[in-house]
Amino acid sequence: MSIAIRNISKHFGAFHALDDVSIDIPSGELVALLGPSGCGKTTLLRIIAGLESADAGRILLEGDDASDRHVRDRNVGFVFQHYALFRHMTVFENVAFGLRVKPRKFRPSENEIRKRVTRLLDLVQLGWLADRYPSQLSGGQRQRIALARALAVEPKVLLLDEPFGALDAKVRKELRRWLRQLHDEIHVTSVFVTHDQEEALEVSDRIVVMNKGGVEQIGSPDQVYDHPATPFVASFLGSVNLFHGRVEDGHLHVGEHALAVGAGQLATEKAVGFVRPHEFDVLPANAPGSGLPGKILRVIAIGPLAQVELLRPDGELLEVAILRDTLSVLGLREGDEVSLRPRNIRVFQNDNERLAA
Amino acid sequence: MSATIALQPGALERHETPTTREPAWVKVLLIGIALTFFTVFLLFPLFAVFIEAFRKGWGTYLAALSSQDALAAIRLTLLTAAIAVPLNLVFGVAAAWSIAKFEFPGKRLLITLIDLPFSVSPVISGLIYVLLFGAQGWFGEWFAAHDIKILFAVPGIVLATVFVTFPFVARELIPLMEAQGSEEEEAAVVLGASGWQVFWHTTLPNIKWGLLYGVILCNARAMGEFGAVSVVSGHIRGMTNTMPLHVEILYNEYNYAAAFAVASLLALLAIVTLGLKTLVERQTRKQQTESLALENAS
Repeated sequence: MSIAIRNISKHFGAFHALDDVSIDIPSGELVALLGPSGCGKTTLLRIIAGLESADAGRILLEGDDASDRHVRDRNVGFVFQHYALFRHMTVFENVAFGLRVKPRKFRPSENEIRKRVTRLLDLVQLGWLADRYPSQLSGGQRQRIALARALAVEPKVLLLDEPFGALDAKVRKELRRWLRQLHDEIHVTSVFVTHDQEEALEVSDRIVVMNKGGVEQIGSPDQVYDHPATPFVASFLGSVNLFHGRVEDGHLHVGEHALAVGAGQLATEKAVGFVRPHEFDVLPANAPGSGLPGKILRVIAIGPLAQVELLRPDGELLEVAILRDTLSVLGLREGDEVSLRPRNIRVFQNDNERLAA
Repeated sequence: MSATIALQPGALERHETPTTREPAWVKVLLIGIALTFFTVFLLFPLFAVFIEAFRKGWGTYLAALSSQDALAAIRLTLLTAAIAVPLNLVFGVAAAWSIAKFEFPGKRLLITLIDLPFSVSPVISGLIYVLLFGAQGWFGEWFAAHDIKILFAVPGIVLATVFVTFPFVARELIPLMEAQGSEEEEAAVVLGASGWQVFWHTTLPNIKWGLLYGVILCNARAMGEFGAVSVVSGHIRGMTNTMPLHVEILYNEYNYAAAFAVASLLALLAIVTLGLKTLVERQTRKQQTESLALENAS
C-alpha cells in the first residue's frame, strides 16, 4: 500500500514539530525517516499510524484519504521503540492478540489462529519461545516478537519507531540485516524512524532526511550520501570536513589556497565546501600541484583504515581517512607536514541554499 | 490519612557493610524505641479490645453480637460497603484513567479535588449532606415534598460513605497508571482492539493488584467510618446505626462488654484487611520487580 503524506503540520504548544511536510512512499518500499532527535520523525510516524493527529494536512493510504480514519481501521502495524509487549501475556498470546480482538465474524478459528501465530513465530525464528513471558526475553527477542505481533494482522503498512534504538551494537547489526531480509520476503510497505545514519544507509531503499520539522532530502542511500542536497544532509550523513571560503573561476578559495570545484560552479562570496574524510589524497608537503597544507596531529591506525587528525593553517581540525597501507608507503607519522588534495568537494552557498552537489 | 506504607522494591535488599554500619547501640536504641511504641500504642489496645470483649465470657459475647440491634448494625454496615465500594471502584478507575492517560484543562484541579475527602474532617463531610438534604437544606424541601428520605436514612449514610472513601482507589491507581504510560494501550489499539478490549486486555491486567489494594483499603474505611456517618445517620437503633455507631451507643450506655464485642468485629476486620493488604502488596511488588526487569533488560 502506498503512503502519501500531504502538507502535514503539527505543533506541540509553541514547538513546531512538523512544518508542511509532504512525502510519497511507493508501495512495497522500505523507507527510513532519518534525522536528529526532535526533528519530528517520530511524530510523523505516529501521525501516519493515527496515534497522533496533524494540525493540518492529509495522509493518503493507497490513494484514499485516511486522515480521519480511526487507528483501528487503518490496517497498519506499529512497532514501538520499547516494544510495548503485553507483559501479562505469553509470547504466543501477544502475537495472537490482534487476531483475537477481531469482531466475531472476521475472527479466524482457534485452529487458524494457532497456525498463523506459529507461522509468524517461525518467521521471526522464535517459535521455541511461545510459552515465555516478555520479561523472560532478551531485548532483541522482544523486538522480533513485537514485529511478529504487528505482522499478525497482515497490515498493509508497517511502521517502526526506532526499532533497534534500545539494543546493543552487535544485536542491532544482526537485526538490521534480518529486517532487510524479512522485508525482501514479505514486501510490505515499511517506514522506520531512526537517528542512526548507518542504520538508514544499510537497511532502507530510500531515505527521508528530516531536520527541524521539515524534509531536507529524499533519495536512495547512495544519492543522499554522495549527492547531499543541503549542507545539513552533507554534515548529518557521515563525518565531514568544512571549508569556508569564496567561489571564483571554478575554484573554492580558502584563505590563500584554492581548491578546484569545477567550472560549473557559480561564483559566490560566501560558500562552504564539504569533503568527507575518505575523499582526500594525502601527499608529501613538497609534492607538485596545489593542495591544502596540514600538520598531522594524531594517527589512529586500527583496522584497514587509518584515521588521521590534521591541523589546518587556520587552526581548525581536519579528519582524514586513508588506507593504512598508503599511510605506511608514505611513511607519514605524527608531526609531519602534508598536502591534502580533495578528490571530491561539495559546495553550498553559506545561506543554506543549494548550489551544487 | 490512607495509612499505607509501601516498601519500595529493592528496599529490603539493602545490605550493610562494616564501613557503612552505625554503632550497635544506635541500632538497638532505634529498634527498641520503635518496638516499645508499637507495643504500647498499637498492640496493647488491640489486645485490650479482645480481652474486654471476652471479659464476661463467650455467652455474653455471642449474645451481644446476636442482639437485634447488633445484627441490624452489621447488616447496614455490609450494605453500605456493598454499595459504596463498587461505586468508588468505578469512579476511581474512571478518574485515574482520565488523569493518567489524557491531557485536559483542569487536570491538576481534579487531582487536588480527589484528595478533598482526605483533607477535610469527616464531620464536615457529613455536614455537607445535612446542608444539602436537611429540612432547611438546599434540596431538603424538594425531597421532603416527594417523600424521599436522604438524611437520617440509608441513602444519607451511603452518600457520606461514598464521599469519605472516594480517594482510595483513584489515589492508588493514578501513580501506577502514570508510571506504566500508554504504550501498551496504543499497541492494542493499532492491533484493532476496541476501547473496551483495550481496557479489559491491557489496562486492567496491569493495574489489577493496585486496584485490589485500593478496594481493600476503601472497604475497610467504608465499614469503619464514624464521623461523617454519625452526622447524617440520626442514630436510630436497628434502623440507621452502623457498627461503629452501635459501638458508641453501647459504650455510652455503660454496656462495655457488648460495646467491645462489636468493636472486636471491627478490629477483626482490620486484621483481615491488613493480612489481605500484605498479600496484595507482595503481588504488586512482584509485578513491579518484573516490569523493572523488563525495562532494565531493554
